[in-house]
Amino acid sequence: MNFNFLQHFGRYILFMRTVFSRPEKLSMYYKETMRQMNDIGIGSLTIVVLISLSIGAVTAVQFAYQLGSSLVPRYYIGYVVRDITIIELAPMLTCLVLAGKVGSNMAAEIGGMRQKEHIDAMEIMGVNTAAYLILPKIIAALFVIPMLVSISAFVGILGGYLSSVPTGLMTGEEYILGIRSFFDPYNIFMMFVKGTVFAFVLTTVSCYQGYFVKGGSIELGQASTRAVVYSDILILLFDYLIAVVLTM
Amino acid sequence: MIRIENIRKSFDEVEVLKGISTTFHKGKTNLIIGRSGAGKTVLLKLLVGLLTPTSGNIWYGDVNFCNLSKEEVRAIRMEVGMLFQGSALFDSMTVEENIRFPLDMFTNRTAKEKLDRVNYCLDRVALNGSNDKYPSEVSGGMQKRVGIARSIVLEPKYLFCDEPNSGLDPKTSIVIDELIRSITVEHQITTVINTHDMNSVMEIGDNIALLYNGELAWEGNKNEVFESDNDLLQDFIFASPFLKRLRNAAVKNGSI
Repeated sequence: MNFNFLQHFGRYILFMRTVFSRPEKLSMYYKETMRQMNDIGIGSLTIVVLISLSIGAVTAVQFAYQLGSSLVPRYYIGYVVRDITIIELAPMLTCLVLAGKVGSNMAAEIGGMRQKEHIDAMEIMGVNTAAYLILPKIIAALFVIPMLVSISAFVGILGGYLSSVPTGLMTGEEYILGIRSFFDPYNIFMMFVKGTVFAFVLTTVSCYQGYFVKGGSIELGQASTRAVVYSDILILLFDYLIAVVLTM
Repeated sequence: MIRIENIRKSFDEVEVLKGISTTFHKGKTNLIIGRSGAGKTVLLKLLVGLLTPTSGNIWYGDVNFCNLSKEEVRAIRMEVGMLFQGSALFDSMTVEENIRFPLDMFTNRTAKEKLDRVNYCLDRVALNGSNDKYPSEVSGGMQKRVGIARSIVLEPKYLFCDEPNSGLDPKTSIVIDELIRSITVEHQITTVINTHDMNSVMEIGDNIALLYNGELAWEGNKNEVFESDNDLLQDFIFASPFLKRLRNAAVKNGSI
């Protein structure tokens, strides 16, 4: 088991070295990066918005319930929704969802190309397949996923407003006051650090799983599942590590 | 010309190739034949560098392919074209985009120059006007021809074909064989074909290497096949009772 982990880790590092080598032709990589940005960004927008809206709404309602009739001012609901969404829920939940949607898609796409000998065909043409197939995905993810995370944070805060103001939990002024109180821009920095690190993790882990797939359709399914599970575990682990490092 | 010297390949404890040495000649169709599991595909993958030999050398002209860095291997591969058993066409690209892919990736030609070259290759494989079709919209034989067009678009010095006739009817197989042969002669390419199609052996076998159980069992050309008294070769070529009867009849008539 330990040997297996070390073997995979070593191969992952060597794989990354190949991925980050000099591109054969920048224009081809640029085209592929744009396509990936569209797939990851536009293709994931709906699910990210829906989940974020729900997160914000539920956080606001639950926190209002926790406050009950205590003496804590109601505007704290806005403040808590804002901070918990920006610091934690937007980056983590968005990336967990994207690991399921985008990560499994990447593993299946690259694994399918491996099985249909597309990767071998490109290799024989002289293409650095690790770089051509994966680097555009990583670059696209590093640009687009932090953007999705920031959209998620915004929509989450909006969700909190929609669930608490029209339902009479608090007034609009209170909520606005809450989201403007005790604001620390450093939290935004933390959100982007998390979004960027998680984007790198979910893309590279998923592509690694797809690139080295062997066997048939069952193995491809297993690789796709591993891509999601390992990405999720690593996202949770890095979430904790970033929280510790950036709040020390 | 490609020369292989004492090539061995093992997977874990199993030795698949047991010291094969032979030469594949320029301007000729060099066939690797043998039963399933004889090591043909492994040998082809070693030749193109998709696998690394356990020991031995592969010479592309004067260059030892086994001692090259990854970058140098990629440079050699620019001179290599390969037709895969399943064609390996990119599903999301049209026929034109598939053929143009190596040009887009490795050349700085203008769009018109690329289109001209693509159209020339399509014309060469008799698929004019199929530019905008997707691989799923053309037949198996046409897919093979698109594969050939893609493999010759960069004017390779070496062409490798992995079972080019598998899954094709005999008529289409002959068309593909003739196409490969004419391209080989016209451009003086070193072509290596991995096949167990007997029509191919008898039609385009300029140089034939028979593999048996990971060893080179026989070498010769299509004219020497009938004259050979190599049992493994005769068993392989005339495997079916029908072909055996045909051969016996031909021997009786004195035709061979």
